[in-house]
Amino acid sequence: MRDLITVVGMNHKTAPVELREKLSFQPDQLPYSFERIREIRGVKECAILSTCNRVEVYNVLRPQTSDLDTICAFLADFHQVPLQIFEPCLYRFSDDKAIRHIFRVASSLDSMVVGEPQILGQFKDAYGLAAQYKATGMILNRLFHKAFSVAKRVRTETRIANSAVSISFAAVELAKKIFDDLSACRVLIIGAGEMCELAAKHFINAGIRDIYITNRTFSRAIALAEDFGGEAIPFETFGSLFEKVDIILSSTGAPDPIVTADVVSKAMKRRKNRPMFFIDIAVPRDVEEKVHTLSNVYLYDIDDLKEVVTANQQEREKEAKKAETIIEEEVSHFIQWMDHLEVIPTIRQMRERADELRKVELQKTLSKMKDLSEKEKQAIDRLTQSIVNKLLHGPSVLLKQTGENGTNDYAVAIVRRMFHLDDTDPPVSPSKKNNIS
Amino acid sequence: MVYLLGFAFSLYILGMVFAFIYLGRPRQGFTKATALFLGVAFLTHTLVLIIRAYQGGHFPITNLHESLSFFAWALTLLILIVYWRYDISVLFAFATPITVLFMTLSLATPLGLLPLPPILKSIWLPIHVILAFLGDAIFALTFCVSIMYLVQENRIKQKKMGRMMTLLPSLTLLDQLNYRLLTFGFPLLTLGIITGSIWAEYAWGSYWSWDPKETWSLITWLVYAALLHQRLTVGWRGRKAAWVAIIGFVLILFTFLGVNLLLSGLHSYGRWS
Repeated sequence: MRDLITVVGMNHKTAPVELREKLSFQPDQLPYSFERIREIRGVKECAILSTCNRVEVYNVLRPQTSDLDTICAFLADFHQVPLQIFEPCLYRFSDDKAIRHIFRVASSLDSMVVGEPQILGQFKDAYGLAAQYKATGMILNRLFHKAFSVAKRVRTETRIANSAVSISFAAVELAKKIFDDLSACRVLIIGAGEMCELAAKHFINAGIRDIYITNRTFSRAIALAEDFGGEAIPFETFGSLFEKVDIILSSTGAPDPIVTADVVSKAMKRRKNRPMFFIDIAVPRDVEEKVHTLSNVYLYDIDDLKEVVTANQQEREKEAKKAETIIEEEVSHFIQWMDHLEVIPTIRQMRERADELRKVELQKTLSKMKDLSEKEKQAIDRLTQSIVNKLLHGPSVLLKQTGENGTNDYAVAIVRRMFHLDDTDPPVSPSKKNNIS
Repeated sequence: MVYLLGFAFSLYILGMVFAFIYLGRPRQGFTKATALFLGVAFLTHTLVLIIRAYQGGHFPITNLHESLSFFAWALTLLILIVYWRYDISVLFAFATPITVLFMTLSLATPLGLLPLPPILKSIWLPIHVILAFLGDAIFALTFCVSIMYLVQENRIKQKKMGRMMTLLPSLTLLDQLNYRLLTFGFPLLTLGIITGSIWAEYAWGSYWSWDPKETWSLITWLVYAALLHQRLTVGWRGRKAAWVAIIGFVLILFTFLGVNLLLSGLHSYGRWS
């Protein structure tokens, strides 16, 4: 039995934003979360993706030692939310379904706005963090890297990204229904993440000239402001800008609302009720829901924007079909690789690789020694064979032993790396190296 | 002449029909058709007014039929100006029903040319009445724009993205239009009342005699004055401004029709017969 790749999670399709924000992970919670998950019996590797649209826990489980219920129980316990509340919104995938799901997420096929580019960055960040804390191992490392390349393939081989209408684009369209002339509007962007950068780009395209950027880490606000010719505002004082900015886009990782109805209500008096448009793409949300009830103030959160995005649906679906084919292909490749991870195929591959090298070297030698008799040639052949066999005896025994007591992953990983079993081309030709030394 | 008026009326209706079709199938062609029908209707209607003025020997706005007809004419002119100036196709669908309603009422009232009551024979007649009616027509359009604002605002607040939201212009444009129209309508209404008052001094010997039409005009004027004042000082806008403009137009309708038909007073020549 091979190890099991699993996914447990929820996304914008299965769970409302209220629930997603309850179960989302703050970046500073992640290292501890990895520790907690890895304490669960049978969990070998894990990673967590927590974006505004989805919360997903990826695991590699030892066969028949653990099931997904323990991961669900962890989610309930960690976030202090009773399992029965969110269980109906969870999806669970394992094996090929899990691999397919991960590839689809990375390729933005599972996104709220299919083809939007942000998800890959978020996905890379999620992996980076998990790898940094050594929560991932051989399988997830390989899986994530594969997912990145699948995403790249999907982007280059289909037109799915071309027709992508991002959240920020939808926000701009909506702003045009509130404000007649966007070039006369001022925009405040709270946060300096990738979403904010994208939004800034879209607003500039739409003709907005006055952009203010604020961020808890001020240096990032300055950097982004420089990129877009905007003005960086210290995080502590952004509220004072409400008097003059018309559009506020917020995407921070703050656990609680940072814009309250009270502050907005006071600002509205000072701005003589000129309309304000809040776009809150953060999960958990940054702007109090009550803000929307104030007159001349409009608040759209990430779920609301989903409705705006209807354009180009058909073309995207067509391209999505092409993308699905690519993904199917890659899923079966990956499963093949997973199968190879078992002990027996590894031993076989190791021997094949060694024999390959032996034959190449033997051929080279024999072609130089033309005056050897057939008998002598056979003797040399046997000699090389037995050297190879002797050399490979140790690794083979080690692999067989670890295979029997279920701790084969480390040994398999080492052997596969030593013999370059996962590379399509061996990076260095051993014969040349030998010649030099 | 009746045929000409009937022709104009059919064109108004056709314009309205195409304006409604545009709501269902937003193609520029339908809007162009509406604009064309309204334009021809307007020219025909102008011709009718000229003929009538020639036949009657005075400005044709002395009885209920003529008032309603003139109102519809003025409103059409304004609709076309705003369409040409702001390029809001969807405006037709909101405004043409009012034109058609007034034309229908005007055709339902007796059309006959009556000898002008001696008291109305004055240079003040066209001045007073044109000012007052142009003001009223502008407020009718303000009413339409306010309705459009409320619909769009409701869409955005309720987060119901759909065709209506796409068709309607932005909130600030509608709100600005509401204000622009107010700044034209209010002075006209004010001048209408002042000229009426001066004329009353000549005709009836008193600037103000609390006749029902005067009273209700004053109430209407106060409502619009309040709206303008609040807009300029505390920044009333959006829904509030739209609602006040709607109330103002309801008051205008009452001053115009309700007072004529229900209450008796010095302005009673505008009655049914």
